[in-house]
Amino acid sequence: MKAALLIARRDFQAYFNTAWGYVVIAVLLLIHGLLFNALAMESKAKYSADVLEEFFYLSSGFTMIAAIILTMRLFAEERSSGTMVLLDTAPVHTVQVVLGKFLAGLSIILVLLALSTYMPALIFVNGKVSLGHIFSGYLGLALLGASVVAIGTWGSSLTRIQFVGGAIAGVVTAVLVLAWALGKVSDPPLDQLTSYMSLFDKHFQPFMQGRVNTQSIVFYLSLCFAFLLLAVRSLRGRRW
Amino acid sequence: MIEVSGLTRYYGETKAIEDLSFNIGANEIVGFLGLNGAGKTTTLKILAGLLHPTSGSVRIEGEDLFGGSLDTRRNVGFLPEVAPLYTEMRVRDYLRFLGELRGMGGASLDSAISEVAERTHCDEALDVVIETLSYGYRKRVGIAQAILHKPRWVILDEPIGGLDPVQIVGMRKVIANLRDTCTVLVSSHILSEVSQTCDRLLILKQGRLVAEGSEQQLSHMAQHASSLRVQLRMTAAEFESVVVGHALVKDASILRTEGELLVARVDLTGDHREAFVAVLVQASVGVRRIEDAESELEDIFLELTSNQPSQKLR
Repeated sequence: MKAALLIARRDFQAYFNTAWGYVVIAVLLLIHGLLFNALAMESKAKYSADVLEEFFYLSSGFTMIAAIILTMRLFAEERSSGTMVLLDTAPVHTVQVVLGKFLAGLSIILVLLALSTYMPALIFVNGKVSLGHIFSGYLGLALLGASVVAIGTWGSSLTRIQFVGGAIAGVVTAVLVLAWALGKVSDPPLDQLTSYMSLFDKHFQPFMQGRVNTQSIVFYLSLCFAFLLLAVRSLRGRRW
Repeated sequence: MIEVSGLTRYYGETKAIEDLSFNIGANEIVGFLGLNGAGKTTTLKILAGLLHPTSGSVRIEGEDLFGGSLDTRRNVGFLPEVAPLYTEMRVRDYLRFLGELRGMGGASLDSAISEVAERTHCDEALDVVIETLSYGYRKRVGIAQAILHKPRWVILDEPIGGLDPVQIVGMRKVIANLRDTCTVLVSSHILSEVSQTCDRLLILKQGRLVAEGSEQQLSHMAQHASSLRVQLRMTAAEFESVVVGHALVKDASILRTEGELLVARVDLTGDHREAFVAVLVQASVGVRRIEDAESELEDIFLELTSNQPSQKLR
């Protein structure tokens, strides 16, 4: 675990050692804030809880896009710059390397989410929402973000070109988001399976509405596990 | 001791190396020599544990390199052709990260960083961001990371590639100093470099080991018992009539003239050296000097790696 944390720390710092990390985070936060102002804070009267729900709805898309952009470099950059050899020859297991990369990506997403808390804080101060609703929404965002970070980690492990890694992660994430639509047109029992696989519709909506759903927590954690396992296999396969 | 046996590696259908077998002893500096595409990098990557061979084995101190033990990796330091550097980091932070990743820490890591920086002559750059370093410095930082954890063998892939003459001299010293603590494997396609730095050479051609030994051994191997270098007191015309076309002589050519003397290379049809000398004496030729014609290492390298099969070494 120590090796994973070391890798995570180095990667986390690498985001902020160059202007790239700051620019990406600033742009993402700006877009997030503008969308929140334009869509959730529109002039017609709304319940505070509805505004908060809309905030989490917007934030889910923002979190998924941020996760794809911020994770596409994780392995692809190491491979294109030749530094992957340092991790490959280090006396650490591939699992630790993948976990380190995942934790680095997740940390950045959590920083982004932390920086977005001024928006629900505004709703909390000026309206009437429960802290529980805010907590469940952010828990959902963190789990959704972790899942897409895991998908991005896997995508990045497949290629040395960052954009390709991002595109792979984007396509897989889009398929999982749109799985609910497939569920509506599928016959049983496929409809239940595809509905269950829906990254957003089935599993994020309860969090958005202020409910902590154990089944969804298990789904997100399983997704993380599955894609991290695929990343491990992808990296091990390169030695052959 | 590194024991390599029957090492073969394919990339898809393409064969990169085939049936390589050799041993490397402790504290040796061994050079892998070959033209581009000869299989040097593939061999070194396998020895560094980065690639699995298609078949064959690598045993280090009797332990299988691919047996899954992380300890084997602790004993290897690897510098690929392009130094693997996190360019946004300072040299000290970069070395500290890698030291910690390799299980080092605390005061011992700090002293190891100072020591390797001194050994690789990059101590002045410890607090400099890697991105701003020259190519030569980057190579040295690359070596510093490879020896930071005090590995028992260090693998350097083309360590002098791209360096200027002054940097090459510096790098030669750095590599020579590694001998005190570890076994060093160096690859290069530049003959003069490996011949000056290494105790032993392994010459690869199209993925196969075609020769191995010290420079002297290889030179001896290419020495032809039937080839002589002679310095004779005679004219070119006399050389033509006495030497060229004689039954004992397969081929003869004048290399240069030195006043009344001429220096020539004579290839005999067999080991008829004594008989040939008798021929010269009978013809009243002044024999100033006669010696076996040894091949220069460069000739050997060209012979061994050339696509034309060499008759001389067979």
